[in-house]
Amino acid sequence: MNSIQLITIFIVLTASAGVLGWRRASSPAFLQQGRSRSRAVYHGSYTVLWCTVPMIIVALGWLLVESWVIRPAVMQTLALGGVQPTANIAFQYLEIRNIATGVLPDTHASDAVLIAVERYKSLSSIASNIFAALLLVAGVSGFLYSYRRISAKFPAREQVEKFVRFFLLASSTVAILTTLSIVMALVVEALLFFKHVPLLDFLFGTKWSPQVAIRADQVGSSGAFGAIPLFAGTLLIALIAMLVAVPIGLFSAIFLSEYARPSVRHTIKPMLEILAGIPTVVYGFFAALTVAPLVVKASAAIGLSASSESALAAGLVMGVMIIPFISSLSDDVISAIPTSLRLGSLALGATRSETIRKVILPAALPGIMGAILLAVSRAIGETMIVVMAAGLAANLTANPLESVTTVTAQIVTILIGDQEFDSPKTLAAFALGLTLFCVTLVLNFVALKIVSTYEERYD
Amino acid sequence: MMNYAITADIPDSNDNIVRQMQDSMRSKTSDSSADIKMTAEGVSVFYGEEQALDDINIDIHSKQITALIGPSGCGKSTFLRCLNRMNDVIDGCRITGRIALDGEDIYAPSVDVVSLRSHVGMVFQKPNPFPKSIFENVAYGPKIHGLAKTQDEIEEIAIKSLKSAGLFDEVKDRLHAPATGLSGGQQQRLCIARAISINPGVLLMDEPCSALDPIATARIEDLMWELKENITIIIVTHSMQQASRVSQHTGFFHMGVMAEVGTTEQIFQNPVDPRTRDYITGRFG
Repeated sequence: MNSIQLITIFIVLTASAGVLGWRRASSPAFLQQGRSRSRAVYHGSYTVLWCTVPMIIVALGWLLVESWVIRPAVMQTLALGGVQPTANIAFQYLEIRNIATGVLPDTHASDAVLIAVERYKSLSSIASNIFAALLLVAGVSGFLYSYRRISAKFPAREQVEKFVRFFLLASSTVAILTTLSIVMALVVEALLFFKHVPLLDFLFGTKWSPQVAIRADQVGSSGAFGAIPLFAGTLLIALIAMLVAVPIGLFSAIFLSEYARPSVRHTIKPMLEILAGIPTVVYGFFAALTVAPLVVKASAAIGLSASSESALAAGLVMGVMIIPFISSLSDDVISAIPTSLRLGSLALGATRSETIRKVILPAALPGIMGAILLAVSRAIGETMIVVMAAGLAANLTANPLESVTTVTAQIVTILIGDQEFDSPKTLAAFALGLTLFCVTLVLNFVALKIVSTYEERYD
Repeated sequence: MMNYAITADIPDSNDNIVRQMQDSMRSKTSDSSADIKMTAEGVSVFYGEEQALDDINIDIHSKQITALIGPSGCGKSTFLRCLNRMNDVIDGCRITGRIALDGEDIYAPSVDVVSLRSHVGMVFQKPNPFPKSIFENVAYGPKIHGLAKTQDEIEEIAIKSLKSAGLFDEVKDRLHAPATGLSGGQQQRLCIARAISINPGVLLMDEPCSALDPIATARIEDLMWELKENITIIIVTHSMQQASRVSQHTGFFHMGVMAEVGTTEQIFQNPVDPRTRDYITGRFG
C-alpha cells in the first residue's frame, strides 16, 4: 500500500460516509418520523466527522508506532549481522531507510546492511498493509456508529457545533504548541551551551569572540562568549532607530488623525504602510549602499571619521522601517479618542495644537506607549539590515559611527555554513536566541499590558 | 395679529407673516438694544450642496435664557454651533449672513476664533469631561488662557467655578480623582463648571439634559436659573416642558427655517405660526 492508495481510501470513505448519512436523513422513511431537529446536511456532516476523525487519529498514532516498532527491529537485524550500533545510530537507520526507498544506491553497502534493508522493506510493507486495514476499520466503524444514531430526534446540528468548537480550539492550540516547542528547542540547546560556558560569563562578559579551535594543534582563539557587546550593539542600534521612528511616526500619526482631510488621510496612510511591506533585505541594500556612504561623507565633512559599516547607518534605516508601526498604531489610538473631547477642548477656546498636547495625547499615551514598545521589540529582533549595514565586529562602544554587531547578526553568522553541532560556538547561537526571546517576550508582555489598560478606560 | 387672522389659510404667506411678526418684535425691543447680546441676521448654513439653515433671524437677550426648540433635524443645533463657530471644524460647512456678539460680527476676517470661543462657551449633549482629574478639568480653561498666574489663583478659579456649578460640595474631598468616575449628572455639571471657568458672556447648551435622569435634569435647570444672573444662556432642547420652565425667549425651528420667535409665554400660550401650534400641541415632532 503506498501513500496514494491510502489517501484514496481516505477520500472514498469520507465521501461515501457523507453521501450515505445525507441520503438516510432525506429518505422518505426518515421524513415520516416527523419534523427533524437538524437538516439532512448536518446528518451528512455528522457521519463524515465520525468517519474521518477516527482515521486521522489512527494516522497520527501510526507515525509514532512506526519509529517504535520498525526501527528497533531493523537495528536488531543489523546487530545480528555483526554491525555494532555506533553513536550515530540515527544516521545508520537513515542510511538503511534511504537504500530501501532507493534514494541511496546499494553498491557500497555491506551484507549486514543489505540484510537490514530487506528486513526494513518487508516490515514496512507489512506495516503499511496493517495501517490500511486499521484505517478502514476506524473509518467504517466510526461511520456505522454515527449512521445508526441518525434519526429525526437526533441533534446532529448540535453535535456538529460541538465539533466546530473543538476544531477551532485545536487550531488555536497549534500556534501555542509551536511556540512552546521553539522555546523547548532553544532551552535544550542553550543548556548544552551553558555546560561549556558559565551563565554569568555569558550574560556579563564584555568580550565576544566565538572562534574556538577545532583541532588541538590549531592556532587560534579559545573563544570568548561575553554577550554584553552584542546586547550593547543591539540596544545602540535600536535606540537610534527609535530616535528616528518615534518622532516621525508620532507626528505623522497626529497629522493623519487630527489635521489631514479624509482624502489626504486615505492616500497617505496606505503609502506609509507600504514601508512596512518592503522586504528587510531591500532596506539592508539601501542602508549598506546608500546610507552608510552618506554617513561616512557627512561625518568626514564635520571632521569625524566614520566606519564604512556603522551603527548610525543601520539605525537610521531601521528607524525608517519602523515608522509605519508607530504611525499606524498611534493613528488608530488617536482616532479612537472620542471626538467629544476634541470639541470640548475647542469650545473652551483651545487651539488645535493645545487640544492635541493637553487632551488628546495624554488620553492616547498608554496606547502610544504600547505601539512604541511593540516597535522596540521589532527593532531588537531585526536582522537583515544589521547584517548588511552594521558590520560584524563586536565592539563595545557607544559611538554610533563605529561598526557594531547585534545579537541577531551574530546568530546568523554563527549558523551560516557547515557547523559542528556540539561546539560552543554553534550552541552560543541558541543561548543568544533564548536571551533575545526573553527580552522581546518581556517587552511584548509589557506593551500588551499597557494597551489593554488603555482599552479598559475607553470601552 | 389681524393681518394673520385673514391670511392664515394661505400657507405660502406664512413666512412673510412670521417675518413681519419678527420685525415688529425687533422694533419693540430696539429701544433697549443694550439688552441684546447676540444678533443673527439672514443666517444660512450649507453642508456641501445641502442647505441646513435658511435665513435665520433672532436676537438673543442679555442675561436671559433663550430656548431653541423644534423637531429633530430642524437645524437648531446647527444654528447653536454657528454662534461660537464650532461649525468651522466641519469640512465643507459654509455660513452666510451676519452673526454679531455685542454688535461685532463674529465671522469678520479679523476675528480670532479661539478668543471668540472663550467668550461664547458651550456645553454638549453628552457630558464630555476630559480623562483627567476633576480639578484638572476645571483648571484647563484658565490655564490655556493664562487667566491665573499662580497655582493658588487657579485653585481659586476652579473652586469658584465648581461652586457656581453646584458641584463643589459633592466633590471637594476628591478633587484629584478622575472625572470619568462621576455620575452622568455630576459630569454634566462639571462640564458646565469647566465652561464657566473662563467667564464667558454667553453659554450655549446643546440638549444638556438629554442624557440625564429627571433629578439630574432638575438640578441643571436650577443651575441655569442661577447662572442667568451673569451669563446669557442659549439652550437647545427637545423637551418643551424644559423650554417653558427655564426660558424667557423661545425660537421654534422647522425644517431649517425659524418658524417663530418670541417670548416663551407668547410661543407656548399664543403661537402665531400654525407649525408652532401643531408642534406645541403635540400634533407632530
